[in-house]
Amino acid sequence: MENAVTVSGLTRRYGDFCAVDGLDLVVQQGECLAVLGPNGAGKTTTIEILEGYRHRDAGDVRVLGVDPATADRHWRARLGIVLQSASDFGDLSVRESIDHFARFYPHPRATAEVLEITGLSEKSDARNSSLSGGQRRRLDVALGIVGRPELLFLDEPTTGFDPEARQVFWHLIDRLKSEGTTIVLTTHYLEEADALADRVVVVARGRKVADTTPALLGRRTSEDVRVSWWESEQRHDAITSTPTAFIATLSQRLGGEIPQLEVARPTLEQAYLELLEEGEK
Amino acid sequence: MSNLLSLYVDRSRLEIRALVRDKRSITFSMFLPIFLLLIFGSVFGHQEIGQSGVKFSQYFVAGMLASGLLYSAFQQLAIMIPEERSNGTLKRLVGSPMPKSVYFVGKFACSLFIYVFQAIFLLGIGHLAFGITMPRSASLWFVFVWVSFLGLVVSTLLGVAFSTLAKDGRAASALATPVVLFFQFTSGVYLIYTQLPRWMQTIAALFPLKWMAQAMRGVFLPTAFAANEAGGSYEFTKAAAVLGIWTVIGAVLCAFTFRWLPKDAD
Repeated sequence: MENAVTVSGLTRRYGDFCAVDGLDLVVQQGECLAVLGPNGAGKTTTIEILEGYRHRDAGDVRVLGVDPATADRHWRARLGIVLQSASDFGDLSVRESIDHFARFYPHPRATAEVLEITGLSEKSDARNSSLSGGQRRRLDVALGIVGRPELLFLDEPTTGFDPEARQVFWHLIDRLKSEGTTIVLTTHYLEEADALADRVVVVARGRKVADTTPALLGRRTSEDVRVSWWESEQRHDAITSTPTAFIATLSQRLGGEIPQLEVARPTLEQAYLELLEEGEK
Repeated sequence: MSNLLSLYVDRSRLEIRALVRDKRSITFSMFLPIFLLLIFGSVFGHQEIGQSGVKFSQYFVAGMLASGLLYSAFQQLAIMIPEERSNGTLKRLVGSPMPKSVYFVGKFACSLFIYVFQAIFLLGIGHLAFGITMPRSASLWFVFVWVSFLGLVVSTLLGVAFSTLAKDGRAASALATPVVLFFQFTSGVYLIYTQLPRWMQTIAALFPLKWMAQAMRGVFLPTAFAANEAGGSYEFTKAAAVLGIWTVIGAVLCAFTFRWLPKDAD
């Protein structure tokens, strides 16, 4: 089966600044890929090149088998795009906006179905300008999925959300995944990648520093464990790959009980931060 | 995919619906010329222009109809489009499979709606409040229709082209409004064209508003008043030619300068 997205050697400069630096990326059909990285890592530039908005300086890009730089309306009809932030169509209602965009696609979903999926049924007659941040974002998704896209791009979909709104949003993405939509999302929230993605690509300074599953991302440095204890009125830390032996030796040296002993595996968060540090080097 | 015509109709209805919900557009684009007619008409309306027997209100309503062509299309679009470019409307539309012409047809329909609204109120209120007389013949009504249509096409194209200059709606307002005022003062809308300094007349004669206003006077003022015009006649043919040339200039400018995305966003 053909990949939904294939990118190799993608490069984009803004003046002297290299925003995307030889990036390789593959997204399989039906997969949910999270592009994870800090602000300024090149996530939005990358995704907007895939969406056909931005040009590239080098590299080969195929999205649904087509080069986005030369894409036409028929290609656009197979794509759903949720941009980073939007405040457009404020004077229209939710339903009017969805109805309007449905007209542009060959096989659109029914407006009622889109309202139901995105949880906006009760807000269908509200003006877009009156929606809360989370509702507005769900409208953006509604407009992104009304055309039954094979591939949906979501650029930082939950930035600025409170935890509850984020949960609601994650359920929505889960539902789209279960319907077989291929999803590429960018995020700088690790939990989001963990909750939604089948695979995570970590980017820093425009380069890929990891390409793995959320589970493996956390266990990447699992051999190393941090042991900390109290000795001579001071806190001590040690990183070891043989914690049991280390603690046995330590216990012997300290004569039995080790004061304030703690043993911790690196969290997903720490693994991610380590990756970013490596990426900076 | 729905056929193009039905997309044009759908988009036009949507644009007009959004327009009438936007208080600022209603005030500045729809009602402004009507307020101006009420004010100027009340203050100067009964004064006669020279010994011509033509009241200033009759002269002014012709100028306001021509101005309306600028307000409803040029000014409206020169402000709205940068706003839609900066708030993501254009980016969303160009990322969808919408045929690009749908957007421009929608904008033209919206401008046409504003202009028809203005024309009905200008003539209705002008007639009731200031005794403005209507065109004397069917052929003059026909001139009114083609001047309006051609003027609106030119004004739309120039508004779309001008929209590239501003980065958002507020900046656009500061750029477009003085342009409209400048041409109103130099093209025979607020002031009698033939009483302006020669150099001012020369500049204004290069641009469309002077010709729209003069043709509108030809529609609404007596045939005899033509002797008072700069060229000794209302010059309908020349007006059509100038508007035709500006249609071409406007279309070329649009084709080469129009951007869907903000500057540096590609």
